[in-house]
Amino acid sequence: MTELRAVGISKRFAGVRALDDVTLDFPGGAVTALMGENGAGKSTLIKIINGDHLPDRGRVVLDGAPLALHAPADARRAGIRVIPQEPEIVPHVSVAENVYIGALPRKAGRALDRVGLRARVRADLRRLGFERVLDPDTLGSHLTPAQRQLVEILRALTTDAKVIAFDEPTSSLSENEVEALFALIRRLREEGLAVIYVSHRMQEIFRLADRIAVLRDGGLVGVRDVDRTDEAEIVRMMVGRDLSDMFAREHGATDEVVLEVDAVTTDDVRDVSLSVRAGEVVALAGLVGAGRSELAGAIVGDLPIRSGQVRVGGRPVRLRQPRDAVRAGMGYAPEERKAQALLLERSVRDNTSLVVLDRLRRFRFVRRAEERRLTREYVDRLNVRTPDIEHEVRKLSGGNQQKVVLARWLARRPKVLILDEPTRGIDVGAKAEIYHLIDDLARAGVAILVISSELPEVLGLADRIVVMQNGRVTGELDRADATEEAILELAMAEDLSTTAQEEDQ
Amino acid sequence: MTRTTTAREPVDAEPKDGAPRRILTAIGPQNISLVAALIVVVAIFTFLNSGYLTWSNVQVIGEAATVAGLLAVVQTVVIICGAMDISVGSQAGVASVISAMAFMSTGHNPLLGIAAAIGVGVVAGLVNGLVIVYGRVNPVIATLATLAAYKGIAQLISGGRAQGFVLGDDLFIFIARGRIAGLPVQVCILLVVALAIHLMLKYTDIGRNIYAIGGNDTAARLAGININKYLIAVYALAGIIAALAGIILTARTGSGQPTSGSEGLELQSITAAALGGAALKGGKGGVAGTLLAVLLLGALNNGLNVVGVNTFWQNVAQGALLVIAVIIQQRRTGERAVGLPT
Repeated sequence: MTELRAVGISKRFAGVRALDDVTLDFPGGAVTALMGENGAGKSTLIKIINGDHLPDRGRVVLDGAPLALHAPADARRAGIRVIPQEPEIVPHVSVAENVYIGALPRKAGRALDRVGLRARVRADLRRLGFERVLDPDTLGSHLTPAQRQLVEILRALTTDAKVIAFDEPTSSLSENEVEALFALIRRLREEGLAVIYVSHRMQEIFRLADRIAVLRDGGLVGVRDVDRTDEAEIVRMMVGRDLSDMFAREHGATDEVVLEVDAVTTDDVRDVSLSVRAGEVVALAGLVGAGRSELAGAIVGDLPIRSGQVRVGGRPVRLRQPRDAVRAGMGYAPEERKAQALLLERSVRDNTSLVVLDRLRRFRFVRRAEERRLTREYVDRLNVRTPDIEHEVRKLSGGNQQKVVLARWLARRPKVLILDEPTRGIDVGAKAEIYHLIDDLARAGVAILVISSELPEVLGLADRIVVMQNGRVTGELDRADATEEAILELAMAEDLSTTAQEEDQ
Repeated sequence: MTRTTTAREPVDAEPKDGAPRRILTAIGPQNISLVAALIVVVAIFTFLNSGYLTWSNVQVIGEAATVAGLLAVVQTVVIICGAMDISVGSQAGVASVISAMAFMSTGHNPLLGIAAAIGVGVVAGLVNGLVIVYGRVNPVIATLATLAAYKGIAQLISGGRAQGFVLGDDLFIFIARGRIAGLPVQVCILLVVALAIHLMLKYTDIGRNIYAIGGNDTAARLAGININKYLIAVYALAGIIAALAGIILTARTGSGQPTSGSEGLELQSITAAALGGAALKGGKGGVAGTLLAVLLLGALNNGLNVVGVNTFWQNVAQGALLVIAVIIQQRRTGERAVGLPT
């Protein structure tokens, strides 16, 4: 029977450890669930198995033979298929062509063999029991999210897959669709395939999986058989780190409420209310896809607010575009610093002065000496390691790039600072520096909202923790009662009614 | 030659440590290779024809390159935003016709003629900007459409013929044949416009924001820059400068020209901007490099004329230069050869 083994896999990205010596089996005829917090290394492991990333050390072994995985095509040839969260579907061609894309049956002279294609797709649909769910003539653009995944699964199964991995497959599926998917996965298991299932949803995993492998900080914590464990043990395995010495927070929030979010509803979040006081650090916790970044985008005027209000210093802010938020005294360091914040091919100086040019100019001419002085001041204060302030930002390390983003907003002296994953992908030293900086800013009276998926960071930094799931606030915890377990419980609370009593008033 | 040095100095005049190395990096490898190419071109044609490198021929080169130079300078601004304006040539054509017709119908008032042309340029540019920003039309497609439409408008109002006669007027004569400090007035106009745009790009917050928009539009938006306003204003600026080019065209030929003289200028302006180091994906480029490239193209065209090469070959040479410039640019950024380039 099939067996996929990952042996001693290590992988670093720009010096940051993503996976460290992970050895894990995925036996055929079983569903192995991969669990772990955001950033624990689940996606990296899947990408290595899929040939997207080359491991620094270690190898992937299928049925005793080591594989050379340099590209996804290699993985496919070996019989490994990963079903991504958002399958790639060609919109303007039929399901049948989508399934066989790249290997369409053809007749002499490269003409498409339509009859053969149709016969093959029908046979496949019948074999897998999807003849009623999926019409082979439907166009790709007309498919529901579940059907798109089915197409991707069909693609996998028409190429003699031995291993099939699902990356959060149910996030966009309705309940009925989830049932159909589970039925399919069980059939795949009976056919002897090795199934890898990545999900945050505890209930699903206990219904579906045979084994649960837990990753934490890039290492394998352990593997448990589903019948011999329970949710509490898995949560304990997922958390339980100690980084407390990195945090030196003096908790000194004042009574002055600076940022108020009042019953804000957008396309992604519903009825969210929260407030941040001067000198307070509030963390927004939750799993990826809970709507935290979307909420931040709405607060800073980048995503439209359908109803509700944002107030700064008691005054409502009319948010038509980010400019309005900047003018109201908000600063925002977004999640993807390279894509959303930095001008990579411009200098540290250009990047730092971007939001204070209106204060630096005289008759629209930028006062360059003042600009250089200001840049130097913040480069020193944040300890940005750069040869000089004319250095291009793309040549700096991730941690220093993040500091440049922070320098930009600090130079503006905002009343409210919203930081989305401020320490993602940066090394431990820079992380500690950023934590100290956040503490300094809070002590200087800035109201800070931090979005973070790292629970120790949330616990170490925050005075209060607001937890979101599925676009709603599921609870609010004070620093005193917050534990990783309590946060995870709120973040994974699938049934909102059980946690309703903890919702903020 | 004189004009490039005057226009280039402000870029390099940053207070650096003074080492020659620093100055070299400040000029940039792109500009150095342009200067090298210019020296090679001048050397070859001087060798082939001793009349090439004379003051009178240099002035001819300058005058011939003025109209294309104006459009190239403003095209540079548009490209730095990450956009493109293919319709600049057609806009110049419309402005040329309008300037001559307004001049005639206002009883030979040159200022009204010029004002009307500039006004039409603003409107044409605004239409481009509004269609792109609020119609969500890709800049290349939008200005490809207005390239055709504006050309049609110029032909319609002029009946496809040259309009009016302006060379009885002192102001137009001055633009066409005047000299300021020994330099042709047309070249002076180009230098003034280039210097103004250079100062705007490098020394004002407007210019910084334009680079930011082209470099990373999400970052620019989140930093509170009103991107829509900037894009529309940049297209309006392109319209104004194109109108100015159209007026010079009128003065030079003596009458309003719907198409002759302005056709093909879009290609020249994009070529010069790309050759001058403007990255077509935006965020990079400058007036100095573009002016050098304009001079290089002018010197090349003139040289091919002087040594009697078939004019059709000049188009081939220009096309080849554009492709070579972009290939060099992409090589430098280390773009992988997979699928369509970005």
